[in-house]
Amino acid sequence: MSMNTQGRPTGVGTVGTSASGSALIPDEPLLFEIGDTEHSGVDLPEVDLGNNRLGGFARKSKLDLAGLTEPEAMRHYVRLSRLNHSIDSGMYPLGSCTMKHNPRLNEKMARLPGFSDIHPLQPVSTVQGALEMMNQLSHWLMTLTNTAAVALSPKAGAHGELLGMMAIKAAQEAKGEAHRTIVLVPESAHGTNPATAAFLGYTVKPVPARDDGTVDVEAVKAALSPEVAAIMLTNPNTCGLFEPQVIEIAQAVHDAGAFFYCDGANFNAIMGVVRPGDLGIDAMHINLHKTFSTPHGGGGPGAGPVVLSEALSPFAPVPFVRQGSAGLEMVEHIEGEALGRVTAFHGQMGMYVRALTYMLSHGADGLAQAAQDAVLNANYIKARLEHLFSVPFPDYPTMHEALFDDSFLKETGVTTLDFAKALIDEGFHPMTMYFPLVVHGAMLIEPTESESKQTLDRFCDVMAELATEAKAGNSERFTAAPMKAPRRRLDETRAARQPILRWERPADLPKAAE
Amino acid sequence: MRYLPHSDHERADMLGVIGATDIDALFSAVPKAALKNFTLDLPAHSPEFLVEAHMRALAGKNHAAGDGPFFVGAGAYRHHIPATVDHLIQRSEWLTAYTPYQPEISQGTLQMLFEFQTQVAKITGMDVANASLYDGSTGTAEAVLMARRLTRRNKIVLSGGLHPHYRDVVKAYLKDDPNLVCLSPSPEGQGDILDHIDGDTAAIVIQTPDFYGHLRDLKGAADAAHAQGALLIVVITEVVSLGLLEAPGALGADIVVAEGQGIGNALNFGGPYLGLMATRKEFIRQMPGRLCGETVDADGNRGFVLTLSTREQHIRREKATSNICTNSGLCALAFSIHMALLGEAGFVRLARLNHANAVHLADALAAVPGVTVLNSTFFNEMTIRTGQPAAELIERLAQRGILAGVPASRLLPEDPEVENLIILAATELTTTADIAALCAALTEELA
Repeated sequence: MSMNTQGRPTGVGTVGTSASGSALIPDEPLLFEIGDTEHSGVDLPEVDLGNNRLGGFARKSKLDLAGLTEPEAMRHYVRLSRLNHSIDSGMYPLGSCTMKHNPRLNEKMARLPGFSDIHPLQPVSTVQGALEMMNQLSHWLMTLTNTAAVALSPKAGAHGELLGMMAIKAAQEAKGEAHRTIVLVPESAHGTNPATAAFLGYTVKPVPARDDGTVDVEAVKAALSPEVAAIMLTNPNTCGLFEPQVIEIAQAVHDAGAFFYCDGANFNAIMGVVRPGDLGIDAMHINLHKTFSTPHGGGGPGAGPVVLSEALSPFAPVPFVRQGSAGLEMVEHIEGEALGRVTAFHGQMGMYVRALTYMLSHGADGLAQAAQDAVLNANYIKARLEHLFSVPFPDYPTMHEALFDDSFLKETGVTTLDFAKALIDEGFHPMTMYFPLVVHGAMLIEPTESESKQTLDRFCDVMAELATEAKAGNSERFTAAPMKAPRRRLDETRAARQPILRWERPADLPKAAE
Repeated sequence: MRYLPHSDHERADMLGVIGATDIDALFSAVPKAALKNFTLDLPAHSPEFLVEAHMRALAGKNHAAGDGPFFVGAGAYRHHIPATVDHLIQRSEWLTAYTPYQPEISQGTLQMLFEFQTQVAKITGMDVANASLYDGSTGTAEAVLMARRLTRRNKIVLSGGLHPHYRDVVKAYLKDDPNLVCLSPSPEGQGDILDHIDGDTAAIVIQTPDFYGHLRDLKGAADAAHAQGALLIVVITEVVSLGLLEAPGALGADIVVAEGQGIGNALNFGGPYLGLMATRKEFIRQMPGRLCGETVDADGNRGFVLTLSTREQHIRREKATSNICTNSGLCALAFSIHMALLGEAGFVRLARLNHANAVHLADALAAVPGVTVLNSTFFNEMTIRTGQPAAELIERLAQRGILAGVPASRLLPEDPEVENLIILAATELTTTADIAALCAALTEELA
């Protein structure tokens, strides 16, 4: 009997490989178990390579790559897809992930050949519309944040963080202050923040949170010193709270000669309502795949443009677009103090198209309404559930996320994880669990503006019913959950101890084409 | 607003349940001076047909690759994408799912990633692959950092045949590091790296086919690196080449990084793309990025989970192997579906067709007066020298409707020796008529 990370026993059993599943939940074999090296879903001519220029580097080793005909491939991937929960099929209240509706107009526009079928290195004179599109997106981002510049190219939020912190490092060096080697990071920060700071050689100094879940300007002042290069602060923070002293914190940071990096992961709560530039930020990445609805795609691609203050704008990386005498130009090589490049080419163009389409659809008024609805929805959940759940930080209205801790589960034998897994059986994706780390057994719920009142009511009804059940001692419903999903709890310890990271042909399964 | 479900009546009801007088009461923590104290210079919301018209007008100002003869490559390649691929990746369950952190309801994405990792490992000839990185360029920088962790050495040598953008990304990641040696551009495909390997070297980085299209000797490089205890990082920007060229793993590579865009993913003006990374089994724990592994569920049924996450930032925070979080999931899906449709038979045929068209292109170019083809070896891309500055020549050809390739000077403006060089690629989409049109136009321009 092995144990998974949840501390629940897992049966040894035989490993099913090709069970048929049941009803509408298929059990799909691996591609390599249904395809072989002879089948193919494309028709391509065979050509003579008598006159090849491969210089003796031609492949001799076997590929052993399984292929499927088109109908087989269609069925394989459709069947697999049905094993996924998605925002289109149900509420996905993952805190700090902003799982909002992904409009299909965005997809349609990104597939226009004038955007999808252009090459990053074709002459700039032939892609003026693409550069204009990037300029328009930049205008929206700078206007919504009241900042002086934007670097579009980062591939995702963490990449944007890296770039923003590189700009801060370059700015400190340009001031002759390379001796500043410390970055302040509040304990509630996303994991990427300390990872980014450490990546750039900074020492991470944590700033404790106050009992009310926010950062105390006095604690920041106490941590500031001539060695501090920057603070990395998320606002609204990961507890779902707006930092009430953010302006004072920015002032203190600037007075100490440091910069204010704002993690913009939670910009959805304030877009069109609060401009981060007015709060004193120097750099902030914006996750287009959260706030501006580019699809998450099962884990990317993202896009993480970084807006920069006047002080940091000389350190923006290449490439960027500017107006030249003969039209728009793409600046691709370092001028002056600019940073180098953090990616090949020009960044996530396909995501820019989707984000701009989304912005134009909403307009400034719609974006502000969306932010306010996101906040309204989170507060509604909190209001409907606070009599049954425990709210760790009751002093402030929450922003776009409702945060509970696990004290309401004390003595029930049910953990936050168990509770979340029980939600799966009710048709909801679990909330974010055990994050932020500053809250014990955290449950972080972000409904976004996309959920209707009906859906919110149903979610709250289910949550209330589960809390009542847990308190009544019916722990089995939780510890055994999920029961109705395509899989029950998976043994993560086994996966990590004896990693199987690829399919290997079993000895008794011969290759078809040999 | 069509994306927002609440009516004003419902909003009022909800505020009542909350006990708030108005929506601003929920923003009470925001300093008064910062709350809605501005007018935004932005338009109001817009009907779908007007947004579509706006975006179509912008797209219409661009010359799409399919509009005429097209030979642009240099790190991004125009290949045909089967209709099935784009249909499938737009299914809600793939498109609108999050990172599979709840494995019980994410087995589709997880099994796909397991299959993807297997496909990447097979084509590169390596033991294991991760679940993707942002792109080939950032993947190269991550591989360099990984090699440093593995060897506990610092010196990195980048071949002069490495894509200049990739070189620049590595330089940005290792800012001002004196241990980074970037060799001069080598447009003739000259071997340049072996003399620079010493006992302090963590890794050498070689691209093949290189930036100029030449095929590089990986076996010799691997042997020379290993003799000094250094690692060989192989970079591939045209993943289709692996259908025809020997797998780097079979030639001694320690880490393989590739740009996977060429399979399943459109040009998209440079992104989103797909970073592939594969390595030896013993190096897994220093590999960045997400990994999917096989396990069983509580009933003993096979299932898949994200694993070895103790390498990653959300667990390790400042001690993580990388700050990477989001990867290129949907691009990996497109790659995996396209690769499944190809299978071994199709992948090899696709690569052969690319090479055959490139041979045709090279021979036709060599016959144009004033053109010298620099390559004796290539896969589907080559470099030519003419008597004219390449940037202007390419611009004049573009005005004739022909996108004739990339002037090397666009990526290497500091190097006068490459001023007259053009890098051109052919793929399965290149036709005999395209090549004839290019050569006729070149003949006129160079006359």
